[in-house]
Amino acid sequence: MEDNFSYRLWRYDGAPGELIPLLQSAQDHFGYIPRAAIAGIAAVTGVPESEVYGVITFYSQFRLRPMGKYVIKVCDGTACHVQNSQLIIDTIVDELGIEVGGTTEDNIFTLSTVACIGCCSLAPVIMINNDTHGLLTPQSVRKLLREYRRRENDAGKSEAAADNAGSGTRQ
Amino acid sequence: MKKVIVGMSTCGLSAGSRKAYDRLGELLSGHPGAFELSGSGCIGMCYREPLVEVRENGRRVIYGGVTPELAERIFREDILGGRVIEEHVALDIEGNKEIRGTESERLRPQVRIVLRNCGLIDPELIDEYEGAGGYQALRKALLEMTPEEIIKEIKDSGLRGRGGAGFPTGLKWSFAASQQARPKYIVCNADEGDPGAFMDRSVLEGDPHSVIEGMIVAARAIGASKGYVYCRAEYPMAIKRLTIALNAALSKGYIGKNILGSGFDFDIVIKQGAGAFVCGEETALFQSIEGKRGMPRIRPPFPAEKGLWRKPTNNNNVETYANVPWIITNGAAAYAAYGTEKSRGTKVFALAGKVVCGGLAEVPMGLPINDLVFKIGGGIKDGREFKAVQMGGPSGGCIPASLGATPVDFESIPATGAIMGSGGMVVMDDQTCMVEMARFFLDFTQNESCGKCTFCRIGTRRMLEILTRITRGEGVPEDIEKLKSLGNRIREASLCGLGQTAPNPVLTTLQYFYEEYEAHIKEKRCPAANCAALVDFLVDSAKCVGCGLCAKSCPADAITGERKSAYVIDTVKCVKCGKCVTVCAFNAVYKK
Repeated sequence: MEDNFSYRLWRYDGAPGELIPLLQSAQDHFGYIPRAAIAGIAAVTGVPESEVYGVITFYSQFRLRPMGKYVIKVCDGTACHVQNSQLIIDTIVDELGIEVGGTTEDNIFTLSTVACIGCCSLAPVIMINNDTHGLLTPQSVRKLLREYRRRENDAGKSEAAADNAGSGTRQ
Repeated sequence: MKKVIVGMSTCGLSAGSRKAYDRLGELLSGHPGAFELSGSGCIGMCYREPLVEVRENGRRVIYGGVTPELAERIFREDILGGRVIEEHVALDIEGNKEIRGTESERLRPQVRIVLRNCGLIDPELIDEYEGAGGYQALRKALLEMTPEEIIKEIKDSGLRGRGGAGFPTGLKWSFAASQQARPKYIVCNADEGDPGAFMDRSVLEGDPHSVIEGMIVAARAIGASKGYVYCRAEYPMAIKRLTIALNAALSKGYIGKNILGSGFDFDIVIKQGAGAFVCGEETALFQSIEGKRGMPRIRPPFPAEKGLWRKPTNNNNVETYANVPWIITNGAAAYAAYGTEKSRGTKVFALAGKVVCGGLAEVPMGLPINDLVFKIGGGIKDGREFKAVQMGGPSGGCIPASLGATPVDFESIPATGAIMGSGGMVVMDDQTCMVEMARFFLDFTQNESCGKCTFCRIGTRRMLEILTRITRGEGVPEDIEKLKSLGNRIREASLCGLGQTAPNPVLTTLQYFYEEYEAHIKEKRCPAANCAALVDFLVDSAKCVGCGLCAKSCPADAITGERKSAYVIDTVKCVKCGKCVTVCAFNAVYKK
């Protein structure tokens, strides 16, 4: 309930400095910040839409477009860079067929880079949603992505199967 | 009963400590009461993760590289059988004196003040922190000392800000304390933005209460009523543990109204950063907490006078606050006994890059760079040559191996052109191209420039364009002078630390590795064999198994060969895209 965006907006009591937390809760809720959320936040807080937009575009965390189910953040901090994180980026670009900043057609993966995850001694490192994976090689990162994809496909199949079974009993 | 502790900070988890923990959990459920299982923060030996410690009667045996299989062996042979598996022991500590194990030599030069509890206690349990002497400093500061006495103690300890600038902490506190305006604020900068530094994350994940306690003591000293921890959103685990710690401190009455019956009120909230490097600059950080674009303000007025919400504010970073409880408990003299004349105490360094044993090390100030790289870091990976160490992140510089005897303190490091920064040390070997490193840092700073100052906004962009050209083999001799002149102007004409220090990586590499710039520009050659446009891609016939994957992936049809024998790259046809490197499972494609 606490994380629900509409609830947060409704609970807003005019306390200063709430704009960024509100945007973060909108992003948590929708996966990105939709146009309607900007209008809603502006209306409730009294901060002009232009200014809300200005804050959104200033911070790299905020996104104005929907993201995939899994957001891959490739660390390109100094330590990872020295350990050839560019090779990891190239490999993921090749494996998923998307550029940095892009999302796969099936909306499973979004690829982005991040300045530093703080796991420097396990470089090169990537984060998939909130899970970190370290000491990667081109091979291990391909394997990892294929695991996620397979899990996703299996889940899709069992959901479909459950749906079928469900509709079967209803009939 | 034996206590089994698994390292569960971000580095441990990404190395697979969850699997070891789960396996031990299963074994425990089959043998209820056989041992006590818990998680802990980072002990600093990131290169040996996942780590599992078996503790009994003051003896701590720490196993490294624990797979689920090894976890099972530890259970059967050590926990049940009482026999230590010597070949997997990283550290074996008895009492506080005797240290054995493969990692003991790396631990010996260290003095743990900031990291005193990291890896020892369960950071999610306040009782363990209290058991280790936690919140005693708060009790002393609130009930036995006046605010003036607290500030004097911190001044006498010689503690200087650990975020990079090294400003004396006690003096900073006295500025905010002398202000009449109310309310006053305490801010903890946990926006550890320097790529290559991760000590603040480890402290927040491994010992969050030490930071909270330090903040409360600081609040008492300056008379603040509210505190903010501004933490990076990239550190979800740190935010989680900090939240748990704050709730526990609240329920125990260490924060809130009338703390420990002293009549002092103080409250702490967490603000999550939203991903902007410039927010590590304190005035930008305040703007961000206020919900605005994080752009620096002009100083003066300084934060002590007009900081957050234009009220008196004291801002220190995580490591600085974590030192405070220790100083209050043990006294200023004990702290000042470590370190050098002007840089007292200890500093946590994050060793990473081409070093064998990456991780955290806390050492007395003034230790030579070489000791950190070789004695604690175990030297350079794959027996290669030590070339340079990068200190201070994108604001810092590259110190060449020839200056390896330089002591790390607030005076000696800036003399080399680098800065102390927050303590990130990225080690580079002969395969690291220094021009490419400079380009990498400029790419970072020009991206993170907030855009307020023209020289920083446009100047860093121009420098990046020049450096990119050089690494592509399109550099011209005038480029070097242009870089120097742009660098000096950006330094002089920028408002905040980001712009003032942005040219440092370029200027220091020009100073110490001038010949590499010349090789790129004049000979169109990359001495480190790193810049793709200036090298040839080749197949190592000893490693190639002839699977043909590279030939299939090559967009230029430059790779030919027979299956099951070594393939060959035609360097004339090759477009240097590097795709073959990403598909080869045998690491057989190399650059020369």
